[in-house]
Amino acid sequence: MALLTGWAAFLVSVGTIGCIYGLLTLGLNVHYGYTGLLNFGHVAFFAAGAYASAIVTMPPPSEVTNASYQIWFNLPMPYAFPVSLAAAAVVGGALAFLIGLTSVRLGTHYLAIATFALAGVFSDVLVNEAWLTNGSFGMNSVPKPGRAMLSADVWQLSYLLFAAGSLLAVYLLLERLMNAPFGRLLKGVRESEAAAKTLGKDTNVVKLKSFVIGGMVAGFAGGVYAHYLGSVVTAQFIPAVTFTVYAGMLLGGAASNTGAVVGAFTVVAFRESTRFITTVYNWIQSTLPDALSGVLPTVFSPLPNNPSFIPSMRFVVIGVLFVLVIRYRPEGLFGDPSEIQALGEED
Amino acid sequence: MSTDQQRSTDGSASDGSATDDGTDLLEVDSVVKHFGGLVANDGVTFDVEEASITGLIGPNGAGKSTLFNCITGVYTPDDGAVRLDGEPIHGLSPTKVAKRGVGRTFQTPKTFRGMTVRENMAFAAREQTGERALGALFRPGTIREEEGDIQATVDETLEFLKLDHLADEYASGLSGGQRKLLELGRVLMMDPQIILLDEPVAGVNPSLTDELLARLEELNDRGRTILFIEHDMDVVMEHCDRVVVMHDGRTLAVGPPEIVQQDERVVEAYLGGGDR
Repeated sequence: MALLTGWAAFLVSVGTIGCIYGLLTLGLNVHYGYTGLLNFGHVAFFAAGAYASAIVTMPPPSEVTNASYQIWFNLPMPYAFPVSLAAAAVVGGALAFLIGLTSVRLGTHYLAIATFALAGVFSDVLVNEAWLTNGSFGMNSVPKPGRAMLSADVWQLSYLLFAAGSLLAVYLLLERLMNAPFGRLLKGVRESEAAAKTLGKDTNVVKLKSFVIGGMVAGFAGGVYAHYLGSVVTAQFIPAVTFTVYAGMLLGGAASNTGAVVGAFTVVAFRESTRFITTVYNWIQSTLPDALSGVLPTVFSPLPNNPSFIPSMRFVVIGVLFVLVIRYRPEGLFGDPSEIQALGEED
Repeated sequence: MSTDQQRSTDGSASDGSATDDGTDLLEVDSVVKHFGGLVANDGVTFDVEEASITGLIGPNGAGKSTLFNCITGVYTPDDGAVRLDGEPIHGLSPTKVAKRGVGRTFQTPKTFRGMTVRENMAFAAREQTGERALGALFRPGTIREEEGDIQATVDETLEFLKLDHLADEYASGLSGGQRKLLELGRVLMMDPQIILLDEPVAGVNPSLTDELLARLEELNDRGRTILFIEHDMDVVMEHCDRVVVMHDGRTLAVGPPEIVQQDERVVEAYLGGGDR
């Protein structure tokens, strides 16, 4: 079977990454959208889940080059797949529990600083504790479930389906949770902790629960990600992931699970679109009449001719998207304006 | 309703204010609260009888709001005791105090602005199975049943407060007076033993004030115990069974309004202060 080419391959990969970011955004939405917790360390839960999956399924170090990790379980695929994903969710939740236990009492902005800093610490731990994480080399032999039985294309498509199914399942689970009195409890704590306390609700416990649930979802996303790429490297888990997820959530509309998913896909699509900048440029250049062929190079000549210039436009694109949303549609695509405009506002 | 108001007007801290009968629901016993060098409460002592309306008055800075915060667990008193039904509640967290049955409202209402009036109300219902994550996921039958009861109580309470036409509005769209009513409604959803109201009619327009006070009277007729801070003397004199006067962090006088009104010290400290 021929490899998926061009647009098809691109769409399948963007779709899968979109599903993974959809999961991450759903998790963050539990924190920020529903509970008002400004979590700026979301990537740490994602990383925790990815590493948990890797450790559970990696083959022994003797079979891997540059291996220095000392803990591996080498559970057999594909049966280990659900175990690995469960481990990812549990470890993501456990990290959220630990961070939440110390930080969740902090008010909004202080929590943002604490989570950001703790995520930085966690990232350093991942780089330095090579016995566990294989350091900056990363875990590069994470098995892809079912890959041996399927051709590359079929596997890519199957994994996309699996990721989409996971996203749907988590979405339905969270919808159920948030439409139940539990969601009402989270929202009340978001709106006014003081009032929630005087109405007999234990707000710190509520916030901790919210933190753990969102952390579990992000950890699960990490597991899906690890088995998709087949490798887990510290350089993948940078703060930009957290901010991309924020962009998706705000674009889609905080406190809306539908918004979280749509926003995540939109942001991922925007981000990946930068790879077409060169193609578009060349296409325009080729269609221009000869008389105008000097125009584009003149216009763009002040820009640095650096191979990393175009990829770095990713962040610019997301930044611009961010500004546009905040300026023109603060409630996002699916957010409820009456609900969102009061978000973070103390009575 | 009637209460036997045999208490003397002299309820100042020095007399210890012993309980005279078994009907005292809330006992505030020599409560002291310092903030650095500032003594906000300096031995506040009084009782609130069951099924009474008690007014707490005093000039600005007398320590009324601090006392409310000491009663509801926001502050821990440095000394003294607060008892509900004979059980000490001082030093408990606000959540625990609320669970014991103390409901309170705030001077500036803390409604959940990004939630509808109905959601605001339903939030406050006690012991909801669906408030636990696993309960929310796996016990839909129980939740449906409970939610039916909760929504029925919400409808009933909103109708009582004449807020039923606003049930699906966001709280951010309510007027100040309506928010105070909503806050009262939310407290009622907890079914508290005692309701503490911090200036329930301050800044509320006259017609809504009458409405709110009528609701309080009616709640009291149904047996609810109410303690409220108020500055408007007419309101206090007309609606309270008993009045507690605070001044400089101390209880100046406790007793029925008509007697307290004539107490010289009260007149000097508060009523004689100017506009009356």
